[in-house]
Amino acid sequence: MSEHPGVPLLEVTDVATGFETARGLVRSVDGVSFSLERGRTIGIVGESGSGKTVLSRSIMGLLPHKGVVRSGSIRFDGTEIGQASPKEMRKFWGDDMAMVFQDPMTSLNPVMKIGRQITEAIHTHLDVTKQFANELAVSLLESVRIPDPERRMGEYPHQLSGGLRQRVCIAVALACGPQLLLADEPTTALDVTVQAQVLDVLAQQQRERFMAVILVTHDLGVVAGRADDVLVMYAGQVVEKAPTATLFHHMKMPYTEALLRSIPKLTEPSHTRLAAIPGRPPDLVSPPPGCRFAPRCPYAQDKCREEMPPLVDGDTPDHQFRCWFPVGSTPVSIGPSNAGIA
Amino acid sequence: MAGTGTAHLRPDGEALLRVEDLVVEFSAEGGKVQAVSGISLDVVAGETLGLVGESGCGKSTTGRAIMQIIKPSSGSVRFEDEELTKLRGSALRRIRPRLQMIFQDPISSLNPRRKVGSIVAEGLDIWGTGDAASRRAKVDEVLDAVGLDPETARDRRPHQFSGGQCQRISIARAVVTEPKVIICDEPVSALDVSVQAQILNLLEEMKARYGLTLVFIAHDLAVVKNVSDRVAVMYLGKLCEIGSPDLLFAQPAHPYTAALLSAIPEPDPERHDDEPSLLKGEIPSNTNPPSGCRFRTRCPRAEALCEVEEPTIRQVEIGQYVACHFPLAPGESLETADVLGEFDLA
Repeated sequence: MSEHPGVPLLEVTDVATGFETARGLVRSVDGVSFSLERGRTIGIVGESGSGKTVLSRSIMGLLPHKGVVRSGSIRFDGTEIGQASPKEMRKFWGDDMAMVFQDPMTSLNPVMKIGRQITEAIHTHLDVTKQFANELAVSLLESVRIPDPERRMGEYPHQLSGGLRQRVCIAVALACGPQLLLADEPTTALDVTVQAQVLDVLAQQQRERFMAVILVTHDLGVVAGRADDVLVMYAGQVVEKAPTATLFHHMKMPYTEALLRSIPKLTEPSHTRLAAIPGRPPDLVSPPPGCRFAPRCPYAQDKCREEMPPLVDGDTPDHQFRCWFPVGSTPVSIGPSNAGIA
Repeated sequence: MAGTGTAHLRPDGEALLRVEDLVVEFSAEGGKVQAVSGISLDVVAGETLGLVGESGCGKSTTGRAIMQIIKPSSGSVRFEDEELTKLRGSALRRIRPRLQMIFQDPISSLNPRRKVGSIVAEGLDIWGTGDAASRRAKVDEVLDAVGLDPETARDRRPHQFSGGQCQRISIARAVVTEPKVIICDEPVSALDVSVQAQILNLLEEMKARYGLTLVFIAHDLAVVKNVSDRVAVMYLGKLCEIGSPDLLFAQPAHPYTAALLSAIPEPDPERHDDEPSLLKGEIPSNTNPPSGCRFRTRCPRAEALCEVEEPTIRQVEIGQYVACHFPLAPGESLETADVLGEFDLA
């Protein structure tokens, strides 16, 4: 299946992306590394402004050229694409990597019929007849469980509901059989029932096609059931990285713990006071010198405010975190117990 | 999902806000669309009523119709012994200080050209409450109560604040006139989880501090459970189920409530989300709603009766009311086997 057996499909090494502004360079992504094998899903989780979307756009090469400072290496199937221009990236879009965006309304062309939005991608990347492209488009719509696909081919995006539109976006992304699919908050704009259906479709297609998937979301609930590994981002950096079960059961980074605690849980009685994270993320023009989470961290000590913690290995393989005083090793205890989390 | 019936309403006179048989129609291409089709709700003083449902179920329209921002087509909205649907113009405006609203998008609901101090003070200025000094003191008090420093916040404009801070300003603006009831329309759905927790905690504090009664509209069941004393589940303009959150979420009686609960992604890696979701298809259009129970086209338990007769609301447990011909018994769960048959996909 791979042209380069033994090489991960995607290898991201020390990637940094900054935006030049009047106030200085905004370091949206600051030294992120990870790798992704075929058939696997990695979840990227973080708050707004944590750099998760800029990271996924850096991988896709979807950032403007002007005013953007990029460094680090991105290798796709052994080929370096970290500094590739949009023109060079076009070779990869569609049949190597594809993307599904958050808002299904604005990512489809409102004045183009559904059918053509899909066949356009097919004709761009594959040398096939018009009839074959049409048949392929219908079968794609079928595979993402759109009822009555022939009729939908002739309709415009506004005639479809949000959930159906997002399925069309997935069909467009899958049209040329990509090896890597980036889904940037694919279900955030959808209702919870429709979200479950869309995530089911994604998971099924991934299994059938043995695709690698990057699932970007702010919802830890979404990654818990769907990702093999999770990358937690804060202020442009990876603060914890682990296989999903390890992350949820043996988290080391106080930020991960705080994020999980702040979610209201159905298992708790109503009127349970939520463990909110005080304050807000730092300014990325001049982030604090020490740990970037220190100003909001309940466990922070002087060392945290002075010295940036490196990304270190945890007790189990593939677990890394960025903290001087990881959860579970400090004598300091605050707030409600971890019982609900562990 | 019938939702017709008033079995769940408390005796007349107990409720601070009482909505009966509320219908809201919009004219659309080829006729009328009913966004809300006969909803009855009541809220007693000090209570938080949560209103949940998918997009298009009419929950926001219900909130706006209570406020009379949208005029109801029929039905009654009684607030403190006044019939709001009969009020017009200045008589209606007189009610506004006591019945306030907080909107979903905190940034677009604040005037970008005005300073925060004047945005928050507007309600007081309109009514000429007290003198200028006491109004200013009141504004400072509420800004402080929502966790903003009055000295720095007063002279800034909304764009200088984050989304969470703008929602704090919206809350300050709503509580400054000392309302009895605040209708919160998706107040946290535009916010990050960490900020969402701050705002939910703040709403609970405000409720205790100012003795508020809340109607809390949201699509996130866990959020609604956290803040509510009573939860009403809506589907396609009708009420499905209403009850205390602890009861309703532990043993949902309506198949729709059960399906909604099963669709929530829980932050638990052991949960098998790969199983097909219980609810097929999407919410049908309200231009031509299904006959009988409106949920029957997606309901795994639907039978012939559901097509012909609309269920009325009845009590299944103390404090739990459901509009369903075949409700789930306590402990019974929706079987996946039930849903394997093909359903009418919208």
